[in-house]
Amino acid sequence: MPVSPSTPPHPGHRRTRWLARLLVLACLPLVLALWAVWPTGPIPVSPQAAPTPGGELIERGRYLATLGNCQGCHSLPGRPAYAGGTPIATPFGQVYGPNLTPSAQGLGDWSADDFWRAMHFGQRPDGRWLNPAFPYPNTTHIRREDSDALYAYLRSLPPDDTPSRPNGLRWPYNTQAALKVWRALYFRPADTAAPSTPGDVLAQGRYLVEGLGHCSACHAPRNRWGGAGDLLSLAGGRLPSGWEAPSLLDPAEAGVQGWTEDEVVALLGMGRSGPHRATGPMAEVVAGSLRHWKADDLRAVARHLQQLPVTPARRTAPSASGSVDAARGAALYTTHCASCHGEQGQGYRLANGQVAYPALAGNRTVLLASAANLLQTVRHGGYALATPDEPLPFGMPPFQMTLDDPAMAAVLTHLRQSWGHRAGAVTPLDLHRLTDGRRP
Amino acid sequence: MRDTVLACGLALLGACFSAGAAEVRQPQDTLAERLMACAFCHGDQGRAGPDGYYPRLAGKPADYLYHQLLNFQQGRRQYQPMTHLLQHLEPVHLRRMAEHFAAQKVPYPAPVAAPLPAAQARRAEQLVRQGDPQRQVPACTACHGSTLMGQLPATPGLLGLPRDYLNAQLGAWRNGVRQAHSPDCMGDIARRLDQDDIASVSAWLASQPVPNAEPRAATMPPPMACGRAAP
Repeated sequence: MPVSPSTPPHPGHRRTRWLARLLVLACLPLVLALWAVWPTGPIPVSPQAAPTPGGELIERGRYLATLGNCQGCHSLPGRPAYAGGTPIATPFGQVYGPNLTPSAQGLGDWSADDFWRAMHFGQRPDGRWLNPAFPYPNTTHIRREDSDALYAYLRSLPPDDTPSRPNGLRWPYNTQAALKVWRALYFRPADTAAPSTPGDVLAQGRYLVEGLGHCSACHAPRNRWGGAGDLLSLAGGRLPSGWEAPSLLDPAEAGVQGWTEDEVVALLGMGRSGPHRATGPMAEVVAGSLRHWKADDLRAVARHLQQLPVTPARRTAPSASGSVDAARGAALYTTHCASCHGEQGQGYRLANGQVAYPALAGNRTVLLASAANLLQTVRHGGYALATPDEPLPFGMPPFQMTLDDPAMAAVLTHLRQSWGHRAGAVTPLDLHRLTDGRRP
Repeated sequence: MRDTVLACGLALLGACFSAGAAEVRQPQDTLAERLMACAFCHGDQGRAGPDGYYPRLAGKPADYLYHQLLNFQQGRRQYQPMTHLLQHLEPVHLRRMAEHFAAQKVPYPAPVAAPLPAAQARRAEQLVRQGDPQRQVPACTACHGSTLMGQLPATPGLLGLPRDYLNAQLGAWRNGVRQAHSPDCMGDIARRLDQDDIASVSAWLASQPVPNAEPRAATMPPPMACGRAAP
């Protein structure tokens, strides 16, 4: 009915408008839910003429798989190569690296296009999304010809019929809907159209670090959903195993800006450089991948890491040391640590200058803002990396059975506050926080 | 004069403290030094820990020790602290470790008297020395040596080990937590024994005195075909 402009709207109309708005709002979650669960077809991939799988292509694929440390998640020691079953801890449950051999239980019926779709888009041939424990935010940067070489190498392996182990993710993280939401928030396929520029060492270094090297898979800070604004960041990340991947932007953590190129290449290629050591998961990366890299590729990565902008890492406020027994820490150090690491934390060097027991005074791992890696080292001990032609390396026993939580907190605090150190104390409660695998 | 007295007093005080302070061990560039990470848990004679028993290493056949280290590295034996320690060691390093401990001569501790009823003790001794042909269980002595001190190249002795450790190993063989290369003889044997037999045998073995004997080469062919690692 005609209404003059000066007359207010009829109350019935206002109610109808509000009801309409409410209806739209109520439908929104339904629409989102429908979008999330709607199955997606496989993303079209432009078919490439498959290059003839000759020896050279397969060898290149083998080397690329070494660069990518694919065996680290897809092989188990003592089992056939790439037969899968490798446990990978995530904050959302246990994931197992699948079988990549040419068996029907592996990639038997995948084409090179299917393989590219998985590497570039993180999607299976049938359209289902892959779990980002497979680091496709990094592999999306790999060029098509490298993907084809990797595919040719994997096809050349002996087939192994071990079925891929099903993942043990908690609901709802085990649903396609959750993956779809995660991807919408955190993943964009890269543009790999630009061809490689041989001779551009920095570009090669960046390609290796962001792509096959997938350094940010550990070194990127992530939120509670395993995502981040920049999944290529190297500002430092926590691993579910309790270790921390320190910041590559901060020279006080793991940054190598200001080192010589030779020093960086030594740390990457041998796991040791002067007083510095690669330990824990990084030692595994050196052993399984980096020490088999060609020198040029190590240098390219060194150049890239050295030009990263220096950014001090976020420092959390240290715990009050009131609940930690300083005298007990000093006594424990004398009993358990001083006979190898020295009363002054000076360590022990052989006559030829090689480090046997690292110095603790001034040690970067001791002084990291988070005591996570120090705790893992003292708990689990370990032997240093060595090649077969070197004599047996020196080792550290595990102290997890010897030191209970108050003792561990006391001795870690002593390490972090002796010899001029001013790092934060470690309380028994901190020990629990540092090893809770579900916290980002 | 007063300053001199003070200085002397302080020096005396300092001498008292330094004389009372414990001497910290100095590390050395030796093989034994590099193996202190092992001795920390295993001790000289084996040691009981909060999560189980860390068995004796001294005097075991070198090949046996070497293959156990490989087994921990490759998942055929399961104990995370060992797997972590051995993670980055090469076979040549493991060989060196094994030979070092095999060459050690360390006295055995006194055996623990087993509170075994006579019938069970007889059954245990029968299994150990004659086996159980009906169940296809060979005598332990057939592979582990007539003195039960092991047989070269790679079969360990069974004496001087605590009952709980022997029980745990036989149980682990039984349910596949511990494995050898196929055909897995100890796995088969442990599955042919029943729980009572395992308990009796463990207790009997743990209570036997340890003779002054070393592992010797076998004089008879083994009763079963057993797997071995590729050389």
